Amino acid sequence: MNALLGLDPLAIGDLIWAPLLIILLKVVVIFALGLLVTMFMVWFERKAIAGMGNRIGPNKAGPWGLLQTLADGIKLFFKEDLLPDRADRFVFKLAPYLAFVPAFLVWSVIPLGGDFSDGKDGLVEWFGQTTRVQLADPPVGILLFMALSSVAVYGIMLAGWSSGSKYPLLGSVRASAQMVSYEAALGLSIATVLLLAGTLSTSGIVGNQGGFTDWHVVSTGVVPFIIFMLAATAEMNRPPFDLVEAEQELVGGFNTEYSSIRFGLFFLAEFMNTVTMSGIIVTLFFGGPQGLFDIPVIPGAIEGTIWFIAKVLVFLYVYVWMRATLPRFRYDQLMDLGWKILIPASLGWFMLMAVLQLGRDEGWNRGVVGIISGVVIAGCAGLMSAAVRTSRANREREGAMF
Amino acid sequence: MELVVFVLAAAMILVGAVGVIVRSNPVHAALSLILTLFGVAVMFVAQNAHFLAAVQVIVYAGAIVVLFLFVIMLLGVDRSEDLSSEPFKVQRPLAAIVGLGVIGLVVAAVVSSRDAITVRGTGLNVADTVGDGDTNIKQLARSVFGDYVVAFEVTSVLLVVAVVGTVLLTRRVKGSGKDS
Repeated sequence: MNALLGLDPLAIGDLIWAPLLIILLKVVVIFALGLLVTMFMVWFERKAIAGMGNRIGPNKAGPWGLLQTLADGIKLFFKEDLLPDRADRFVFKLAPYLAFVPAFLVWSVIPLGGDFSDGKDGLVEWFGQTTRVQLADPPVGILLFMALSSVAVYGIMLAGWSSGSKYPLLGSVRASAQMVSYEAALGLSIATVLLLAGTLSTSGIVGNQGGFTDWHVVSTGVVPFIIFMLAATAEMNRPPFDLVEAEQELVGGFNTEYSSIRFGLFFLAEFMNTVTMSGIIVTLFFGGPQGLFDIPVIPGAIEGTIWFIAKVLVFLYVYVWMRATLPRFRYDQLMDLGWKILIPASLGWFMLMAVLQLGRDEGWNRGVVGIISGVVIAGCAGLMSAAVRTSRANREREGAMF
Repeated sequence: MELVVFVLAAAMILVGAVGVIVRSNPVHAALSLILTLFGVAVMFVAQNAHFLAAVQVIVYAGAIVVLFLFVIMLLGVDRSEDLSSEPFKVQRPLAAIVGLGVIGLVVAAVVSSRDAITVRGTGLNVADTVGDGDTNIKQLARSVFGDYVVAFEVTSVLLVVAVVGTVLLTRRVKGSGKDS
């Protein structure tokens, strides 16, 4: 029994009303927060892109156009819900939920706050109960995120297929190939973090990043962070990796045939993914709710949330910025980047970190370890680039386009 | 509680498994397979094997069935098949016999080892994982990368050989024919 519900320190022991109410409260708050944050993310993205494009952006609904998303949502609800003649009815209706639900569930494992100072391990006191500022802290934490992101592939894939026309199908085939390819690089860069953290649980990963030099972005040497950031952008199908909905080639991509609130769900899932992915990046590489310094006056339990929000906002801005400035990749460039650069680089870096960790544990001479691994990595990189060059030369000789 | 979870997960597994056979559309069959895989993942969670559950979803639902669907969509065989006609006549009676045989064997195994199932902790010494969820994963890692590391490495070599072989077999050399 505890094994099923024992994801929260509260749920161990007899279930009494106060803890149960706190868990329910957390569920409701996280659900509402997820929707609200997504709503403002849409507004923020439109406003920021408008600013970068020297336009005004939404400014009519509510102060500064803040309620624009709400207005759009209400409008979408009352639009006619079209079902294409050749669509596979059941799958067509199922697909938006397959995209939307995983995006929501990722929220449950992100530590949204908590007091990590003085070895408190992220536990806070609420109404006399000790708990975490996160819905669930399962022992497989970050793997749950991986599992959910692999389920999210189905939403897009089936949406395109069930529409029964060719542009959505092309979009969804692209999408599934892209998401499956980049999942490998994503997983390998997470593995590098896990190597240092020594645990899969998200609160454990945050707990391992005490000061700035312990933040995994520093202690894993930046490379996994860059790979994760690129792979995550591709995983979310955001620009510059948004080939899935390349308007110029595919009309609208996998969601061409969708209308009304079903389209709205895809839209919502996409923006919620941006927010949750920023949260995951902050959790994995930037210490989550751990702050750089102590904010005076504000108690420790709230401070974590403030730090978390501040860090997430930075990444949200970066994503909007990337969308506004970078042109879209071509499909072969996308696959080249994923398979020939990101996966070998993340694998090599993972091996390097593993060797360094082993050397630290066994007390080997650091200089020798560094030189040997440098030579090995240089050798592997040389072999890899030679292989890539040879295969390109072969293809050119056989008359392929690229 | 455990019984409720078991019944629900078992229902998921069975409905999915029957769906894989009965649905005439290959995509629907693949989706039923996902339902079965999720049911198995729920069973793993109920048995405290959280890691296996996560890996089940990531590897089987996230990669293998995606690959199935990918092939189905690319080959354009995503139309409903006529299940009433059978090109290979022996197949169905043979499948029924083999299926009944497997069920018989499983029942016989369960009946003969009933005592061993109810008396727990005699064979495998599984650590109590309620307190520290990481022990489960650590034990798994020790046995895969420690005790059975040779078997693990040989398996990965086998996979690499399979990949290289596939690429080599499907590669066409220019001028050797007009196959597409």
